[in-house]
Amino acid sequence: MPKLPKLPAPPLPSALKERPPRPGENGAADPIEAAQEAGITVVDWIDERTSLSGAARWMMFRKVPKGTNWFYTLGSATMFAFLSQAVTGVFLAMYYRPDPTGGAYESIRYVTNDVFLGQFVRGMHKWGSSVMVILVFLHMGRTFFFGAYKYPRELNWVIGVVLLILTMVMSFTGYLLPFDQRAYWATIVGVNINGTGPLIGPYLSDFLRGGPEFGATTLSRFYAIHMLLVPGLIAAMIGAHLYLVAKLGTTAPPWTKAQKPAELRKAEV
Amino acid sequence: MSDKHAKHQSKYTVDRMIPGAFDGETVTRRRFMTGTVHTAGAISAGAFALPAIAFALGPIFKAPPHRWETVGTIDMFTDTNYTPVVLTTTPGIGEVGKTTVYVRKFNPEIDTDAYDRGTPYIAISNRCAHLGCPVRWVDAAERFICPCHGGVYDLLGKRVGGPPVRPLDRFYSRVVGEDVQLGPRFSVNSELRRFSPRDPGEPLDGLGQYLYPSRPDARI
Repeated sequence: MPKLPKLPAPPLPSALKERPPRPGENGAADPIEAAQEAGITVVDWIDERTSLSGAARWMMFRKVPKGTNWFYTLGSATMFAFLSQAVTGVFLAMYYRPDPTGGAYESIRYVTNDVFLGQFVRGMHKWGSSVMVILVFLHMGRTFFFGAYKYPRELNWVIGVVLLILTMVMSFTGYLLPFDQRAYWATIVGVNINGTGPLIGPYLSDFLRGGPEFGATTLSRFYAIHMLLVPGLIAAMIGAHLYLVAKLGTTAPPWTKAQKPAELRKAEV
Repeated sequence: MSDKHAKHQSKYTVDRMIPGAFDGETVTRRRFMTGTVHTAGAISAGAFALPAIAFALGPIFKAPPHRWETVGTIDMFTDTNYTPVVLTTTPGIGEVGKTTVYVRKFNPEIDTDAYDRGTPYIAISNRCAHLGCPVRWVDAAERFICPCHGGVYDLLGKRVGGPPVRPLDRFYSRVVGEDVQLGPRFSVNSELRRFSPRDPGEPLDGLGQYLYPSRPDARI
């Protein structure tokens, strides 16, 4: 015998419904039971006052198109690379000293050689930056080749390009911080490349260096841009990026054939 | 209600039926208050933002003071070859604020360019005019050679090969007693005409001097 689909129960008239208990009516519950449900109670308490569960459901339980595959995880991977950079960066900032007379190099040497797990955390930050750049480009390539930048997702592409530029700014400003020969000369060359932009390039270079030459405040300027200004901008932009992803939904891969509405209806049952 | 207002109905009050407005009132109290609050908000936001932006942009407009530094005595330098000296461009930040300068006594037979007349010493910066790497003087080749991207300059610091867009920068020089002193940096175009210092990579021939204008913090 074929299994019949389960139909929803008919609605009860409100007179027959059980009256929910008023707040505090239950009195003292069984303490063990209360302890078992402590987590739920806390979440309920917060949700009753913020209604955040609706937003969380809206964000997390979205419908995704048929054919969604591993390529669609590159965006999340990029975000987790950023989060890893943020966390390791915060801990590196506990030891780092942006002092151009030798303190910066010495503090990095101290982190690398003397601090417990310092080399590991610094390594995560250093290699993680390359990982993040690679993931950004893979994510961008996925979006491009799947045609996911088209209407109505153009604005999300634009935000993504801003995020790419900000990631590059992070790489550029972070490169100076170890303050060894490579960092110094790479920054000199990088700032000068930036200065070759006509008309505003020279002024932009002066802004980056905080003066006409590499000076006393250049390192702290780069440090402030690297750990305060740009991370805040990136976090805000990721928020906007994710909002639009949830709002607009994701695209099906280009090789997925369009389904007729009748087929879709059949598939749902 | 006067006759004047009866004839001329205001489109702001009656049509929109704004409560509490006098008939014929064009700027209602609500509009006035909204405008006032927005203006006050803009002023207070500006009071935070403008000083912060000016604080970050300030160094672009502030020229560091000119310094003259003694780099050697007159018997240290010849008029046929370069002697490298170390010059402090930014004091107080150790090694980072120092740069190498190649110094040679003025030689009327070599330094024939009109703009060089009257210069006691030719002091050539080792900052490559391509992207700022340190060039070195190679005696055997009689050339300044850049390790990064292969820029090559001749005895006068003029470009003879590679990507640089103008000759090497120079420093003003003077003699005080027995001491040779170097002053501020200046840039030159391919005829050795002097300009206020430009960053590497910025050409000074033809349109270049207008596309890469002199910056207020680097004027001599």
